[in-house]
Parts: sequence; C-alpha cells; structure tokens
Amino acid sequence: MGMQFNETQMTEFKRLVARYPEGKQKSALLPALHLAQESFDGWLSTETMDYIASLLSIEPIEVYEVASFYSMYNLKPVGKFVFEVCQTGPCMVSGSDNIIDYIKQTLDIKPGETTKDGVFTLKLVECLGACGYAPMMQVGKIYKEHLTKEKVDVIIAEYRQLAASKN
Amino acid sequence: MGVKLLLDKANVPGIRTYDVYRREGGYTAVEKALKEMNPETIVEEVKKSGLRGRGGAGFPAGMKWSFIAKPEGVPRHLVCNADESEPGTFKDRYLMEFLPHLLLEGLIIASFALGSHDTYIYIRGEYAWIPDILEEAINEAKANGWLGKNILGTGFDCNIHVQRGAGAYICGEETALIESLEGRRGNPRIKPPFPAIQGLWMRPTVVNNVETLAAVVPIIKMGGDEYAKIGVGKSTGTKLISACGNINKPGVYEIDMTVSVEDFIYSEEYCGGIKGGKQLKACIPGGSSVPILPANLLLKTAKGETRYMNYESLSDGGFATGSMMGSGGFIVLDEDQCIVKNTLTLARFYRHESCGQCSPCREGTGWMEKILMKIEQGKGEMSDIDLLWDIQRKIEGNTICPLGDAASWPVAAAIRHFRDEFEWHVNNPELSQTSNFGLQHYADPIHVPA
Amino acid sequence: MSEQILFKVTIDNITIEVPAGTTILQAARLVGGQVAPPAMCYYSKLQGSGGKCRTCLVEVSKGSEKDPRPMPKLVASCRTTVMDGMEVKNITSEKVVDARAGVVEFLLLNHPLDCPICDQAGECHLQDLSFEHGKADTRYEFQRRTFKKHDLGKNIQLHMTRCILCYRCVFTADQLTNKRVHGILDRGDHSEIATHIEKSLDNEFIGNVIDVCPVGALTDKTFRFKNRVWFLKPMDAHRDCPTCAGRVTLWNRGDEVYRVTARKDQWGEIEDSPDGKTGWICNTCRFDKKETTDWIIEGPREISRQSVIAQGHYAGKIGTTKPHETFEAVNGGRQPHLLMDIHDESEVNKPSVHLGQIHGPSHGDTFNNTNKA
Repeated sequence: MGMQFNETQMTEFKRLVARYPEGKQKSALLPALHLAQESFDGWLSTETMDYIASLLSIEPIEVYEVASFYSMYNLKPVGKFVFEVCQTGPCMVSGSDNIIDYIKQTLDIKPGETTKDGVFTLKLVECLGACGYAPMMQVGKIYKEHLTKEKVDVIIAEYRQLAASKN
Repeated sequence: MGVKLLLDKANVPGIRTYDVYRREGGYTAVEKALKEMNPETIVEEVKKSGLRGRGGAGFPAGMKWSFIAKPEGVPRHLVCNADESEPGTFKDRYLMEFLPHLLLEGLIIASFALGSHDTYIYIRGEYAWIPDILEEAINEAKANGWLGKNILGTGFDCNIHVQRGAGAYICGEETALIESLEGRRGNPRIKPPFPAIQGLWMRPTVVNNVETLAAVVPIIKMGGDEYAKIGVGKSTGTKLISACGNINKPGVYEIDMTVSVEDFIYSEEYCGGIKGGKQLKACIPGGSSVPILPANLLLKTAKGETRYMNYESLSDGGFATGSMMGSGGFIVLDEDQCIVKNTLTLARFYRHESCGQCSPCREGTGWMEKILMKIEQGKGEMSDIDLLWDIQRKIEGNTICPLGDAASWPVAAAIRHFRDEFEWHVNNPELSQTSNFGLQHYADPIHVPA
Repeated sequence: MSEQILFKVTIDNITIEVPAGTTILQAARLVGGQVAPPAMCYYSKLQGSGGKCRTCLVEVSKGSEKDPRPMPKLVASCRTTVMDGMEVKNITSEKVVDARAGVVEFLLLNHPLDCPICDQAGECHLQDLSFEHGKADTRYEFQRRTFKKHDLGKNIQLHMTRCILCYRCVFTADQLTNKRVHGILDRGDHSEIATHIEKSLDNEFIGNVIDVCPVGALTDKTFRFKNRVWFLKPMDAHRDCPTCAGRVTLWNRGDEVYRVTARKDQWGEIEDSPDGKTGWICNTCRFDKKETTDWIIEGPREISRQSVIAQGHYAGKIGTTKPHETFEAVNGGRQPHLLMDIHDESEVNKPSVHLGQIHGPSHGDTFNNTNKA
C-alpha cells in the first residue's frame, strides 16, 4: 500500500492532465500509465492501476481495460531491462530469427521469461517501425538497430554493467 | 536527381533546432498563411495541390479539410496521426526525428485553416524518444511566437500537445486513434458519423498523417498549382518512401513519383540494388498490407509497360496484377526469401494487432495464421491453400475497419502470385524444412498478349 | 414540431415507410419474418450497441433516390440508417448469404459447442443463428481457445469460452448500474469479459446481463444445471417491487419456480411494460423470489422466437414452424370448429388451476364421446 507519485512525478502528472479540456481528464490515461510504469518498477500492479483510476476520477475497470489492451504496458513484473526484439516481416527477411535465437541462447531464457538474476526479460514484439535498420530491438526508450551477434554481446555486457552499478 | 520538397534541408547540421531551421527559411510558410491568407484560401490551395493523404489510403487532403463541420460554439480539433506502425514504414519517424519544425510548421498552418486551437500529435508509444524532440521544438516555437496566444498578432491561438500511444497498430486507424486519445481501448468506431462531424470528444476533427501535414508547408510556399505540376497525373508532389528488406541502401527517400520501380531499386541514388548481388524475387511496395508482387509484375505492368513509383502505376492492373502505393513502405525480398514464411509473419502481425471487436477479424486472422504455420512447417494439405483463400475472402470488406482488409490482402496476393511455392511446401514437407523454393520463374519476363 | 418525415425503403422487394433516422435493421424488423437480419450484438435498448458481430450485414443496392449508387461494401444494418428510396437486399443477396455463413463460421470457430451441458441451450441465439445460416461441418482443426476460470459472485456464472464478445453486458453495466466492475480485458482473439481482480458483480440491476447475453456466457447461478428450458413452462407474472417494475416471466415446472427472467419480445430483447416502464428487472426479483406465492401469475407466456422452447406445448400460439398442411387435409376434410378444445375436458393445461385439485385426466372414452363428427 501507499503507492504514490513523488513530487516530481506529480508535477509531470498534472502537466499531462492539463493538456486536455476540463472534464476530459480521462484522455491523460495512456500517458499517466506510462508515467506510472516508469515510476514503479517497470510494470503496472493492480494497486498502481487503482491509484491512477483514483487520480483521474474514473472506475478501476476503465484502467484495467486500457492497460490490458496496449502491448507496452507490463501487467506482470519484468526484469530491469526488457529486450523487445522485432520479429515481423521486414526484420525477419533481414535475419531477426538468428538474433532471437542468439539472445535466447546467450541469456538462457525463452521469450516472455526473465533471467534468474532479474536483469533481463526477453519479449518478441511486432513491427517497431525501424524496418530499414533491421534486425533491431528496443531496450527501454532506446532502439538498438542493425543487430549482429557481436553487437548483441556488447549490448548485454553494457546493460549487465549498468545493472551492477545500480545495485 | 528528383525534386526534394521535404527532405531538401535534412542534411543541414542542426536543422532540428529552431535557429537553424529558421535561418534556412523555416516558418515563412506560416507567415504567409497567417498574414496573407485566410482559412478558406489555404484549403483552396491544398485542394489545388492535389495532395493525397500520405498515411496509406491516399484520400485527397484538401477535400478532407473541407468536410469538417463548423457548428457554432463547438471547438474543432486537428490531430496528427504519428502512429506509424505499418510494417515496412518508418518515414514519419524520420521526419519527426530530424525535421520536427517542418511538422510543426505544417501543423500550425493546418490548425489555422481548420480552426483548431488545441492540436494533438498522437505518436506511437514505441517511438519513446521522439516526444522529447517534438516537445523541445514546440517550446522553441512557442518562445519565438509561433505558438500560443495571438500568433503573429493575428488573434489566432494555438497549442500543440504530444501524446504517446502504448503499442497498438490499430490506433493508426483514425477513429481508433481518437478513442485512444480519449483514454480508451483502441477500438475503431463504427462510421458514420465520421470524425469530420463527430471526432475527438465528439467534436469536429480532422486526422492527418505526419507527411501529409509536412507537405502543406511547400504547398503554401510555392502555391497549390506549382505543387501539382510536380509528379504525374493524380500523384502530385513528392512522396517519402521508406525502403527496407534485402537492399544495399535501406532508408527514407523522397521521390517525385516519376521514377520507375526498377530505377528505385537499382540506382545508386536510391536503394542501390539487391544486397549481396542476389536477384530480386518479390516486393511489397506500399507497407505490409498491400499486395506482394513477384519481380516480373513489379518492374513491368501486365501490359508490359514500365511500372513507376506513383499511385496510378503501382495500382495498375488492380489486385489481379498490381498493388498499391499505400504508406510508402517498400519491402524488398531477394531470391532466398520464403514467401510462405513472410506471409506467416505478416498474418501473425495482423492477428496480434486485431482489436478483437468484430468477429471476422478477431477469429479469422488467428485462423489464417494457424493454417500458414501448418503449411510453413510442412504439415499442410492442398485443401489448406483453398481454405486460406476462402477465409481471407470472408474477412475482406466485412469488418468494421480496414484492418480486416489489411490482413486479407497479403494472404490473397501471396496465394495469387506464389501458389506454386505454397504447393511446393505441401508436396515437399521434408525438403521445405531444410531448403528453399528459391527464385524459380518469378523474375522471368511475363508474356504480354499482343 | 414539424410533421415526422417518412422515408421509403425497400428491403428484399418489400417496400415500407419508416421515420427518418430508423436503421435498416429496425425497418426490416417492421417487415418481420426472414427479412429481419439476425443480430447477435445489437440490442435496441442499449445505446451504442451493434456493429460488431457482423451477422446483420446487408447489401445496399441503391443508396437513395437522390444518390442511387449502391454502397461498395456490405453494411451493418443495425448501425446504418435508411435513406429515402433506399433499396436493401438481405436474404435476396447472394453476397449477404455468403458473408453471413462466413460470420457464423467465425463465431463458432472457438465456441466450445457444449450445448448438451449449457444452460442457454434451447434459447441460445447462436444456436438459432447456426441453424438458420450456418453449415453442419467445421473446417477448423485447431485447438479451441480456452480461458482461465473467473468467478463473478454468487448469482452470475461466466463461461468465457462461450462468449462471442458482443459487448452487450458491458453496455448494460454502463447504462443500468452506476459503477461498472466488469469489462473487456486484453485484445484481439484473447479479449475476454472479466473484472481483472476477482470481484463479484452485485449491483441491484446487474442480473440483467444474463438476459442480454445472446449465448451461454453469462447464466443464472441459481438456475444452473437445475433444468432444461424446454421442460419449463413460462408464465407471465408480476409483483409489487420497490426497485423495478416487477414484471417478469417465471419458468415453472409444476408448482416450482425454477428461474425468473425479464419478459422478452420476439427479438429476444427486454419487453417494456405497456405503461412505458422499463422492463429491466432487479436482482431481488430475479434471484430471490423463487416461490409462486411471491408472484401474481397472469398466464402462460407466449414464446414466439426461441427455437427449442417454441417447439413446446404450452399456449396455443407458440411455435416458429407453422404446419404446412391445413387442418382439413390432416383431418380428412373435417373443419377445425368440430375439433375438441382440450380445455373443455381437462383442467391439466389450465395454468390457473393447481394440479392437485384436478380429479383426474381425461380418458379415451371422453374423447370418443365428444368427437362425434
């Protein structure tokens, strides 16, 4: 209990709501959920969603409906870094299958799973709009493009280090 | 070299910032529009330009603007559709990432023409770093008097807000986008009423693609008539093409729609030929939902004429032997690509992105995916190919929104043009797991009846 | 107020005049019979419903007198309003028949077809639809979709596998209750009706979701597995209810009330009372009043639409299938008025009479004596 935005997050939340006309505060739901996901460990718990519902004066079910519709909201806990690898047509013809296999093998997890140390989650996603720079994946806000096995190694090492420094 | 109207300044260092953009002649179109023109004359210029919506449907933009209802006392809204999600398409991302002020300039002019005081950019959630770029640009524009209250002393107020989606292809459909912008599930609305009458918060709304709005800037600068002289026929102006797949130089190109498909693929100015010196097998010329064409039908029409990169030529021959310009996502497949597998990934994509509201799309997309998977794994039967054909036929045209069509067309075209590759998978279950059907006859010159 | 504008519309070659703003479906229902397209998601009493299931697709072969161009695609008749001079093809259009067969197949694709153990069997709109517009075989060979079980409380049973996602129950909760706790979660072919966290649906009017559900996805827990609807005798009854209008249909067997539902019209929709009061009923009437003594019984309910119940044997006018032969043909030229009215001889079928008070059934002798002609 007691999940709440801190002052900075609250200021941001208010800025989001202010974009819409009065009484249309529900429009801020998607950005508010993004903010909540970033603020509370990268996923949306029921408690978080209920909190957002109360902030926007809407019913909790309205939040659950929306949160479960969009693929970017995690409704279950995830690792510190989520590798979202694109597997759609243009990436597939550019060799995304090999990259996916390589990540699976290197991290020893299947798509949808998190590594035992809780650092990485692997997700297979559909087209991310980087077809010209395929194969590619998204990590947080960043796109990692033109992937090769060597590049994947570098990325994994980089994030391992980041995770270690955070602890 | 073709004419460049949108990306002509893309390589100027620092063009992303207001100062450089302004120094390079930016915001002069806003000055012209707001000071010398009025909303009616702006709509008139856009109509004259022949500009067609660049999101995929190709609907004339000026016409769309003229449909907006103007009831007394009800605010109107312009919404910029930046939910670019069609596989193969990444041109809007390029525009927003490198030329944010060009989009803003187009947005201010369009907002003025439509009377929108609060304009929204709905951007796909995965482009998570671009809202920061856009908001930075908005702040710069505001600081310099191009946004906010009483712009240029004309009494026109306008604010632009950026909203991120959260992972749903369907929100590229304009009514689903509006639903999403209202904080709901991205379920497309049943039309009519159209957004021009009841859109965002049931107010009159126009939804335009990023590239469409950016194109308003050169139209205002040069005038609609001059703009219409570029290009050919009803394909006026320039078009951004995002090229990807097995080519040497993937990327975003601006074309004036007089370039041939062959030149586009092989010339150094554009794609630079097929990667690794391989042969061209097939191409999806307008984003993954448009019909795939084998090499021979791509480069030449069924009549044996050269095919060009424009709306009319790409759709020459209808769906039987042609395709569509769509959103300009140009996906090239070389001789090593398996059409069945490619179609399977697209079917999976559309199943994943179906909102689930109407039954043909919700149930049919998953069914097609399962059958394609069966064929791809060498477990298919001949009757499965006919079944696939029948399923796509029953989805197409029978759904609430065009996603049903978008899911059907790739399957239909793959069977239409590559049926023997499907049959090969059925007849050679073991072989199909280890080797590839290859190029076969798909690049052979087509027989043109005299 | 100006006079009401009437539009002429021709559906399957039958022309009628309807007020402007009427939908094609409503106009077709005025014609009635087979001309009325089937509707699985549209519900005239729920605002915003319709357009989703695609069973009511029709072909508009002429847009209007002013603009006679045909519409390029089939349209959802429940959400398309008529124009003056519009011509519509429903069962007379091959395209419609073909598309509708497709929609039925899609709806049945992941449906469990567990009718033998489904409480909705006999009054299921999907059964009717498949019977009238579907095919006997399925071409689907893959595993059907399943969902995690989800408890909605003590009164309402949810079977998500049977759901066709018509959204009617969501609209019902939105429009009849002040706080919706269930909704559509997830998307695409995994969309489901749920509450996200286990929550019981207990608003005073939420029981109506059972009545609007076209299939057996939402059923009455107090009636679950107790009986088959076609063994029950529907009776109109009312009570003085402080919450709702209290006009219901009781489903009895003998003296026992097995379940209580709202009264439904021939389209399977809630019937409002003649005085204009809404026909939605409250949970108390539906779930708690299960004694005949709770009710004032009006008489047998006429069931005119639902397939299997309508084959039943209660009131005189029920049945969807009319006999093809005339009475004369069947009875060797004898006129109907010479036939015996069974109520003259036996009290058995008189609903107002308690079975225990009847001395005994009629015998063959009685029949032979009366039926002299």
